[in-house]
Amino acid sequence: MKIDEKLALDAFKTDRESHILIDHDICRSRCTLRHCLNICPGHLYSFNEEGNEIVVEYAGCLECGTCMVACTEGAIQWSYPRGDFGVQYRYG
Amino acid sequence: MDKIDVVIVGAGLAGLSCAWVLSGHGLQVIVVERGDFAGSKNVTGGRLYLKPVSGMASEMLDGAPFERKVVRERWSLLGSTNSVSIDHTSDRFRDEDHSYTVLRARLDRWLSERLMARGVFVVPKYRVDDLLWENGAVAGIRAGAEEIPAHVVVAADGVLSFMGRKAGLMPPLSPKTCAVGMKEVLELSEEKINDRFNVGDGEGVAHLFLGDVTKGVFGGGFLYTNKDTVSLGVVAGIGAMMGRIPAMDASTLLDMFKERYEMRRLLEGAKIVEYSAHVIPEAGYDGIGKLCGNGILLAGDAAGLALNMGVTVRGMEFAIASGMAAAEAIVEAKASGDLSEKGLSRYGERLKETFVLKDLEASRNMPGYIDNGSFFSYYPETFPGLLEKIMWFDESPKGSLGKTLWKELRSSGMLSVKRLIELYRIRNI
Repeated sequence: MKIDEKLALDAFKTDRESHILIDHDICRSRCTLRHCLNICPGHLYSFNEEGNEIVVEYAGCLECGTCMVACTEGAIQWSYPRGDFGVQYRYG
Repeated sequence: MDKIDVVIVGAGLAGLSCAWVLSGHGLQVIVVERGDFAGSKNVTGGRLYLKPVSGMASEMLDGAPFERKVVRERWSLLGSTNSVSIDHTSDRFRDEDHSYTVLRARLDRWLSERLMARGVFVVPKYRVDDLLWENGAVAGIRAGAEEIPAHVVVAADGVLSFMGRKAGLMPPLSPKTCAVGMKEVLELSEEKINDRFNVGDGEGVAHLFLGDVTKGVFGGGFLYTNKDTVSLGVVAGIGAMMGRIPAMDASTLLDMFKERYEMRRLLEGAKIVEYSAHVIPEAGYDGIGKLCGNGILLAGDAAGLALNMGVTVRGMEFAIASGMAAAEAIVEAKASGDLSEKGLSRYGERLKETFVLKDLEASRNMPGYIDNGSFFSYYPETFPGLLEKIMWFDESPKGSLGKTLWKELRSSGMLSVKRLIELYRIRNI
């Protein structure tokens, strides 16, 4: 099953603003390995060639925190979504 | 606004257990939870070892919605093309309340409702942004423009513990000491689970997998049978994944695991109903933070109280026991009128007297021992390979069993100095 189909099984309430902020200057100047592209369990990170920047589809975030831990350059500023938003597990 | 006695951040097992004891002593408690309900942001593998907390938590957990009692313990070493498994069961595991599989959105929610019936406020949809400070002591929490002043804050906000870090009690999270767990909940009828896993009604299996499931990096797979679902997942060290060459997409590990011959029939026809993920603390004893500061205590994963023993993983019973110990310490500190770090320090002493810090300390060397390639590639490739050679018969003449075994043990490197030293070092873990 494709990862986006898996994510579609979960209940999400999407906030207007992203709870994940990326400092593109840090990405461009310091990061070479781009671990965020591979480490996210939801495969939500991608590199946009046109804009020369990392993009994250925050609406499908499982709120695991892995990207924040893996981004040792400190480009990912991550907080929990505001109350009433984000993933809502029914099993957990 | 007057200060309340205690505000607890996080309605997981640590926070709710803490609230249970505090309310029993008549203290005013508010538990704030960022999810829509308690448990809605929580993920476990998972299995709760009930026995260690049976004395302290039996009343609290009376009637809890556990999934199945674990009566079979299974471990598998997965090579890339073969595997070998162990299946353990015993009267003792079947007769006593030893461990149960659980789903957190059900268990935590049930417990929070039980607490609310006792008069404890559990406030959902409430994300805490910051701590309030007063003369160098934590004095409550802030969420947006709203403040809840409190004499004591308990940070039970999970492994990422933003509050524990704001209070300076926990070091920054490091890829070296964190793993990522990814899990699917798969729907399968009660009857099919009983048949496929060889268990009776209400009985279940805990199954851990090492080797090919993580493609050689630190971690493993897990399967827990719930009432009418199966929790299937993969855990992989974040640092180990980052260092892997070539790089591998973490989100594909679980699919590859499910495709394996060993898993296909077990899960045939099972429908995925949820996909979840979470960071897991893997540092063991050396990853435990400072347990308290002025006006604040940490409990559960927030304090780093989790233990990967290789053959099993533990966390939820540490959360329950630490939440309760934190509450007892708060009650004592309040009675003595000293809610400073010193006044609350009984918490650490209490934990040292319980299985929590005793077990974590006893396994202090475990993370270092298991964090090498042997357990994730060498053994999982070698053991199944050894059996494959012993059990294979064809037209060519077969040597005697002993000779074949000896030859294979030697050529596989099982008798090398490196392996023998590894065996010798088992005493240290």
